Amino acid sequence: MKKVMMKGVEAIGEAAIKAGCRNYFGYPITPQSELTEYMARRLPEVGGSFLQAESEVAAVNMLYGASSVGKRVMTSTSSPGFSLMQEGISYIACAQLPAVFVNVVRGGPGLGDIQPSQGDYFQATKGGGHGDYRLIVLSPSTVQEATELTLLAFDLADKYRNPVLIFADGLLGQMMEPVAFEEKEITYDNSHWALTGSKNRPPRQVTSFNIDPYGLEKMNIELQKKYRQVEANETRYEEFLIEDADILIVAHGTVGRIAKSVVRMAREEGLKIGLFRPITLYPYPYDALSKAAQEKSLVLTVEMSSGQMLEDVKLAVCGKTKIEFYGRMAGVVPTPEEIFTHLKTLIRGQ
Amino acid sequence: MRRAYIEIDVERCKGCGLCINACPQRIIRFSDKFNSKGYHPAEQYDPDEKCPGCGFCYMMCPDTCITVFKAVQPVR
Amino acid sequence: MEFTAVYKMPDSLSKKPFTYCPGCHHGIVHRLVAEVIDELGIREKTIIVAPVGCSVFAYEFFNTDGTVAPHGRATAVATGMKRARPDLVVFTYQGDGDLAAIGTAETIHTANRGERVTTIFINNAIYGMTGGQMAPTTLLGMKTTTSPYGRSPEREGYPVHMCEILKELKGVAFLARTKVTTPKDVLTTKKYIKKAFLAQTKDIGYGLVEVLSTCPTNWGMPPIKAMQWLEQNMVVEYPLGVFVDKVGEEK
Repeated sequence: MKKVMMKGVEAIGEAAIKAGCRNYFGYPITPQSELTEYMARRLPEVGGSFLQAESEVAAVNMLYGASSVGKRVMTSTSSPGFSLMQEGISYIACAQLPAVFVNVVRGGPGLGDIQPSQGDYFQATKGGGHGDYRLIVLSPSTVQEATELTLLAFDLADKYRNPVLIFADGLLGQMMEPVAFEEKEITYDNSHWALTGSKNRPPRQVTSFNIDPYGLEKMNIELQKKYRQVEANETRYEEFLIEDADILIVAHGTVGRIAKSVVRMAREEGLKIGLFRPITLYPYPYDALSKAAQEKSLVLTVEMSSGQMLEDVKLAVCGKTKIEFYGRMAGVVPTPEEIFTHLKTLIRGQ
Repeated sequence: MRRAYIEIDVERCKGCGLCINACPQRIIRFSDKFNSKGYHPAEQYDPDEKCPGCGFCYMMCPDTCITVFKAVQPVR
Repeated sequence: MEFTAVYKMPDSLSKKPFTYCPGCHHGIVHRLVAEVIDELGIREKTIIVAPVGCSVFAYEFFNTDGTVAPHGRATAVATGMKRARPDLVVFTYQGDGDLAAIGTAETIHTANRGERVTTIFINNAIYGMTGGQMAPTTLLGMKTTTSPYGRSPEREGYPVHMCEILKELKGVAFLARTKVTTPKDVLTTKKYIKKAFLAQTKDIGYGLVEVLSTCPTNWGMPPIKAMQWLEQNMVVEYPLGVFVDKVGEEK
């Protein structure tokens, strides 16, 4: 496959187009505006439609509309904008509409800053909006992986009729790396449920609404059944040198990539360190992590947050292995050196 | 001779009286009976066969209860 | 003697009984929209976007595909639909709280972009579904459950005139304010609704019809008295008429 140098967010945009996405709605926000700009440039070239919405609130609802008529749709934003989209995401999830979101996470809370962060982990994985729903959350660690996960995101969104989130950060979004796109024929057909006009069939409704609690509970049960399927079928993770490892680092996305460097540094010094990198943050790879953490002396969770994924790590490890945490917040990216230094301190303390 | 008449779906009717208010012939009234929702539905009372089929009642009905029928052959 | 039905329920209504209170004008406007859809022959490609409010169930009353938007976002949802499927006919049906309070930004920008979307705007100067709270269009001095001493301009500001705001936007192709308190009004309103749909189907721009409507329940009046109150008070505050018409007369 031919490789081209691309910026992370632009590679995500191109992957979306390769996935058959012809409708993008978005609102500029740093550090992801290049993705919005890329779609503005590219979509008209492929017969698609780009629209800069008046707000993220409008954008997510335009997504709802375009998805409900059966089209592959995407929006991208960064943390404060993603917060604004939560109501619409809850509606999209309940109405069982496929849609792909990209959150290039930045430092928060509040207006925060525009540097890379993973502080939206809770919002992404535990339901940022109201009600019992789940997003499928994919966390890429390289530009190449971001393109592959974007293609996957559209397939998963259609397969489960559920919103899918690419959980990225400014570092991944802004970095340039060589990428290769898998050329494959994209076909999808949502005409069996979409609002296509009631020609030769009874009218159809797509809603997130049921005034009867028993009816709404039935809708919820259907959603939960779907989430169990997603958990059974779509859990993804990477294990790196964990077989003989004594200590396991758990990290996702950009930090997963940094942690890989830490593993290599440690191995050079003869320290047996391995990496467990969740790729799906929901469904979280609890079972795989539980297994990977067995017989290890220590699990070190590293995040660009105060320790949000840490809670899932604790759930997976379930007290069987000691867990430590190292995190930087607010847009500060930990270096491999500082993580390694911290790790060595922990080892000395053992 | 009867030129026109209306039919009222009494179960849809909520007894709001907008048709009664709109009828230029004053030939619609509340029924003494109740429908299953507990409303007194509207009914046409047209002993003198005054209904011209103007459709005002239909136009003002907020619950699409009214169908207006007109004689196919104009009455001479 | 043979008789034929000259006025009957339009095909574009689902025949499901409306859930509105007795005398509420929503039902009249629903029927008019359905008649227009029938007459334009567009039922099989029309989608309704219902709002949040009393007409949240509107999608169940039309014999067309439909959805319910989040509160205030109907025109954004409709925009998404039209951008993805320009061949469909999409209309939103919104109340004053939905369109002129929480959804003001969406309303203005949809109109300004000239989205090929039609909006039916029910202005009854009050929040119905939630139990009679103040609306952006509540009249000065009007008592509601959240303006129990009457709306005062110092405290709550002035009634919002959406048509007067929207008429300045170049994307608007048809814009009118009307009422449905008499059969004559009903016929006028139907003509306006048809034009608002033609603005879309003829690819001219955004169409909106504001219908001054009664809310007998939350106004605390019998239906006929509510219509009189509307004539005497709302029509004074909200002048009727056509604000923008780029559709022209039908041949």
